[in-house]
Amino acid sequence: MNYHWNWGIFLEQVKGGEETYLHWLISGLGWTVAVALSAWLIALVLGSLIGTLRTVPNRWLATLATAHVELFRNVPLLVQLLLWFFVVPELLPRDLSLWVKQEMPAKEFLTAVICLGLFTSARVAEQVRAGIESLSRGQKMAGLAIGFTLPQTYRYVLLPMAFRIVIPPLTSEFMNIIKNSSVAFAIGVLELTFQARQMQEDSEQGIETYLAVTLLYFIVAFSANRGMALIERRTRVPGYITSAK
Amino acid sequence: MSFFAQFDFSVIAPSLPFLWEGLKFTVKLTLIAMAGGIFLGTLLALARLSSIAPLAMAATWYVNLMRSIPLLMVILWFFLVIPIFTGKPMGAETSAIITFTAFEAAYFSEIMRAGIQSVPRGQVFAGQAIGMSYWQTMSYIVLPQAFRNMLPVLLTQTIILFQDTSLVYAIGAKDLLKAAEIAGKNYNRPIEMYVFVALVYFVICFALSRLAKHLQSRTAIAR
Repeated sequence: MNYHWNWGIFLEQVKGGEETYLHWLISGLGWTVAVALSAWLIALVLGSLIGTLRTVPNRWLATLATAHVELFRNVPLLVQLLLWFFVVPELLPRDLSLWVKQEMPAKEFLTAVICLGLFTSARVAEQVRAGIESLSRGQKMAGLAIGFTLPQTYRYVLLPMAFRIVIPPLTSEFMNIIKNSSVAFAIGVLELTFQARQMQEDSEQGIETYLAVTLLYFIVAFSANRGMALIERRTRVPGYITSAK
Repeated sequence: MSFFAQFDFSVIAPSLPFLWEGLKFTVKLTLIAMAGGIFLGTLLALARLSSIAPLAMAATWYVNLMRSIPLLMVILWFFLVIPIFTGKPMGAETSAIITFTAFEAAYFSEIMRAGIQSVPRGQVFAGQAIGMSYWQTMSYIVLPQAFRNMLPVLLTQTIILFQDTSLVYAIGAKDLLKAAEIAGKNYNRPIEMYVFVALVYFVICFALSRLAKHLQSRTAIAR
């Protein structure tokens, strides 16, 4: 093995620039967190809605929700990202299309957030649906029997339980969205993977670069995991088996 | 170039042979990584469940490490590190095959671990009682059942794997997506190409996910 180690590389200046490589990685980390958190917000809100709709008695709504899930689950994330970036602007009305292509601020960032949010919403929806379906039928009947409307039954009886049950799988989805945000490099979002590739090419210290970036991803994903574990503990229902440590 | 370019799907037909080559690599990568991943994953699962502490710990570490890094980073890691170790350059395709096998082994091992743990403990005792060795108990009693119980989940993971192979884009291996990108550039029609490959991915994944669902209902009845 023939490799020239240089751990001081992070404090060296980038070629033809003022800042150090450390600056690159930290700004990449910032974008990774920004993309992941914004997309997670979309995924959580939309996924909960779609997942709930999949369980309602109305056939049309349920079919629509199923179509959403199948569409976003069966096309690779990277392909979806390229579709959002290159194809969707072409389908818009002419003026809007021009604006999106030429003037839209933070175009890459917003595209990545929307794409990742919708992609993950399908997965969140499946978890929420599984959570609702895991409740005994009696709970829904009880809600309706005491005079709640169907939306009220969902709001006060089914969803509060279902959400608590699905926190562990949602934790995995949260960690997945952080890992999946790395795909955003493909449309030029300056996130961690983009910076890793750039630093590796620029500095030729690939192993140090990738080790640092891998560690950063690890820290972010681990923090997300602990955050969700905290929520899991706080929202625990007495008498139910939980695994939060 | 006009901004409301009309779609022109006639460019698909002449580029089909080229796209077919890409799809062949995507499928080859998926199948090798699936077979290799399930094989290594089963060994990893057995290691995690074994009573030899260092072996169990090493397997746990490997699985947790692989599962906490973005696949894209793993692809870049292997592409960078393998040539440094072997001392000679390696093609993107070979690198992709090694990477996906090693990466998927971690995910398949978690599935196989769940499968092994779904077999009642009494069956292991029964095997030992009639004088079978560890490997005999595993290969004749536990693993066939574990495999059968986990078949739908293994298929679901393979669908995810099939979709994830598109990430070899990052190191320039010529899979379906890369072929579509090249064809799109050649004909100056990237939009149509992207839409077309999205459709191909969708049809294959949707069909496979129906199959997984079907398998699930069948194994559920058999149990």
